[in-house]
Amino acid sequence: MTRSTVSGATAAPRSRRSRAPGRTAAGRSAVGRLVFLGPGLAYLIVLLLVPLALVLSYTIFRRGRFGGVVYEATGENFTRLLDPLYLDVIVGSLKLASIATVIALLVGYPTAYLIAQLPRKWKTIALVAIVLPFWTNFLVRIYAWIVLLSGPGLVNSTLGDLGLGPFEFLYNQGTIVTGLVYSYLPLMVLPLYAAIEKLDPQLREASANLGARPARTFVSVTLPLTLPGVVTGCLFVFVPSFGNFIIPELLGGGRSIMVGNLIRDQFLKARDWPFGSTLALALLAVLVVLLLLQAWSARRA
Amino acid sequence: MLQITGVSRRFGDVTALADVSLEIRQGEFFALLGPSGCGKTTLLRILAGFESPDSGTVTLDGADLLGQAAHRRPVNLMFQSYALFPHMTVAKNVAYGLERERLSKAEIRDRVGEVLAKVGLEQMAGRRPQQLSGGQRQRVALARAIVKRPRLLLLDEPLSALDKKVRAEMQLELKRLQHEVGITFVVVTHDQEEAMSLADRIAVFNAGRVEQVDEPVALYERPRTPFTAGFVGASNLFAGRACSAGLAADGLGVLPGVSDLPDGTPALLAVRPERLRLDGEQGQGVLRGEVADVSFYGGVSHVSVAVPGRAEPVLVATPGATQVRAGTRVALSWAPGDGALVPQ
Repeated sequence: MTRSTVSGATAAPRSRRSRAPGRTAAGRSAVGRLVFLGPGLAYLIVLLLVPLALVLSYTIFRRGRFGGVVYEATGENFTRLLDPLYLDVIVGSLKLASIATVIALLVGYPTAYLIAQLPRKWKTIALVAIVLPFWTNFLVRIYAWIVLLSGPGLVNSTLGDLGLGPFEFLYNQGTIVTGLVYSYLPLMVLPLYAAIEKLDPQLREASANLGARPARTFVSVTLPLTLPGVVTGCLFVFVPSFGNFIIPELLGGGRSIMVGNLIRDQFLKARDWPFGSTLALALLAVLVVLLLLQAWSARRA
Repeated sequence: MLQITGVSRRFGDVTALADVSLEIRQGEFFALLGPSGCGKTTLLRILAGFESPDSGTVTLDGADLLGQAAHRRPVNLMFQSYALFPHMTVAKNVAYGLERERLSKAEIRDRVGEVLAKVGLEQMAGRRPQQLSGGQRQRVALARAIVKRPRLLLLDEPLSALDKKVRAEMQLELKRLQHEVGITFVVVTHDQEEAMSLADRIAVFNAGRVEQVDEPVALYERPRTPFTAGFVGASNLFAGRACSAGLAADGLGVLPGVSDLPDGTPALLAVRPERLRLDGEQGQGVLRGEVADVSFYGGVSHVSVAVPGRAEPVLVATPGATQVRAGTRVALSWAPGDGALVPQ
C-alpha cells in the first residue's frame, strides 16, 4: 500500500513535466523503436518482401531465352499451370506431404504425450533427444538413409541374415514419405508437447471421476484441448514437406518429383523463370490458405 | 457406510498417511482437518481412485472400493481448482458425468436444469467457465459433482479460492445442499473455522495420522492431544503435571482444570482466550501479570498479558472494546470446567 502511494506521488509530477516538451519524448521513443525494430524490419524487407515481389511479378511475363524474363505481359504461365502434367505434380506433392503429416501426427502425439508425463529431469533429456538430430547436417542425415536402405545396406543385410529379402526400399514414394517424416517429426513433437504439458492433469482426473473411461477422456478432454498444438504441429510438418526438393531428389531417385523439384528445375534447368515463379505462387497460395485455417482455429480455441 | 482401515501411504521418505482408520456414516458431513501436507488430500485422492495406498482397505457399503477403477466408483470429487472443462459450457460441464451413464438426452437435460437451479446458475448454462466469477465456478463444480447423485461426495478445500464474504455464503449453501440431497459429504480443509461450521464430525490430521475424531464442540472444548489443542482454535497452553485440582504448572502453581488423568502425568492445560476473566489487580486471580498489548477487532478485543514465570504472553479475548491499557496490572481467572487437560 505505502509503496504504491509513494511511487504514485513521484510519477504524477514527472508525467506533468514531460507534457511540455512532449514532442522530443515522442521523437525519442520513435528512435528507440526504430533501433529495436530496424534490423528485423530490414531483414524482412530486403530478404523476404523484395524477392517475393520480384518472383510474383515474373508470373505475368514471358521467359527469356537464357533465363531471366522478357517484360511482355502474358497469361500463358497460368494456363500452363493447369496442364495435367503439372497439376499431377502439385496434387502428388499435396498427397505425399499430407501422408507424411498424418504419419508424423500419429507417431508424434503418443511421443509428446509420454514425454509430458515423465518426471522433470527425464523430460529435459527426452526433449534434447528429440532436437538432437538437428545438430547434424540435414544432407548427411538424408544420405545416411540411403546407406541404411540401399541394396547391400544395413537393413537388407540384417533381413538377409533372417532369410528375407533383399528388398528394394529406395527410390519410391514410400522412401520420400519416410524421409519427410524422419526429418520433420521433431517439429510435430515440440508443439504437441507444449500443448499437452500445458494441460492441467486435474482435467483428466475430473473426467475419470465423472465416469469417463481413458479413451473417452482422451477424445472429449485431452484431444480438444490440445487441438491448437495438433494444428501447429501439422503445419510445421506440412509446410516444409510440401515444398521440399532435397528429399525427393535423394530418396525418390528423381523418378517421382514434387513441386519443389519442379520449381528448382524451372529456374536452374529449364531456365523458365516466369513459369517457376508461377509454380512458386501456386505453392504459396496453398500454404497461405492453410495458415489462414490455422489462425482461424487458434482464435476459436 | 465408508470404512477406512489401516490405510498407509508413503512417497519416498515422506509418510503421507500412517495407519489411518476412520468410519464415516451415511448422510454425514465429515471434515478432514489439518495443516497443509498432513496427508488429508492424499486420503481424498485414494478415495477418488487417483492414488493407491501401500496398505490398508477401504470399503463403501461393505464393498471393496480400492479394487475399482476411478471411473467406476460411485464417488465424485469437487477439485480444489474446480477442474472445469474450459472448452465446454456450464451445461455441458454438468452434463458430462450423466452422458457417461448413457442416460437419455431428455433426462440429462432435465437433471442438468434441476441441479443448475439448485445452485442458482440457470442463467449461466450457456457460458464458458472462464466467463464466470470464482463463486459461480465453485457452484458449477459442485453441480457437476452432485448431479451424478454419488454415494459419497468429496470436496477438496472447496472454499479456499473464494473471498471471505462469498465464502460465508457458500458455507451456508453447502450445508443447505447437503441436507437437501442427503449425500454423504467428506470435505478436506485446513481452515478450522470452516470445518467447525460445516461438519457434523471432524477428523484432525497431523503428519499423516489422525489425532482426534469428534464433533466440533467436543473437539473445541475437549482436545485430546496437544496438536488438536493448538491447531483447533487459539489456546493458551500451560505445561506441567496433572493433579486432582487441575495442573501443577511449572513455575505457576496449581491451575484449575478438569482432569481424568492419573496424578503426576505430564500434561498440557488448554484454556481458550474467551474463557479467561480479566480483573483488576485487587481481584481474585489464578495468574497475575501486566498487559503487554491490546488489539481491537470490532466484536472482540485481544489482550495479551505478560505473566511472570511464563515465556509467552497469555491471550485473553474480551467482547467489545476494553478499558484495559498496556501496562495495567491485572488478575486472570477461569472456571475449572474451562481448563482442558491434554496428556503430553
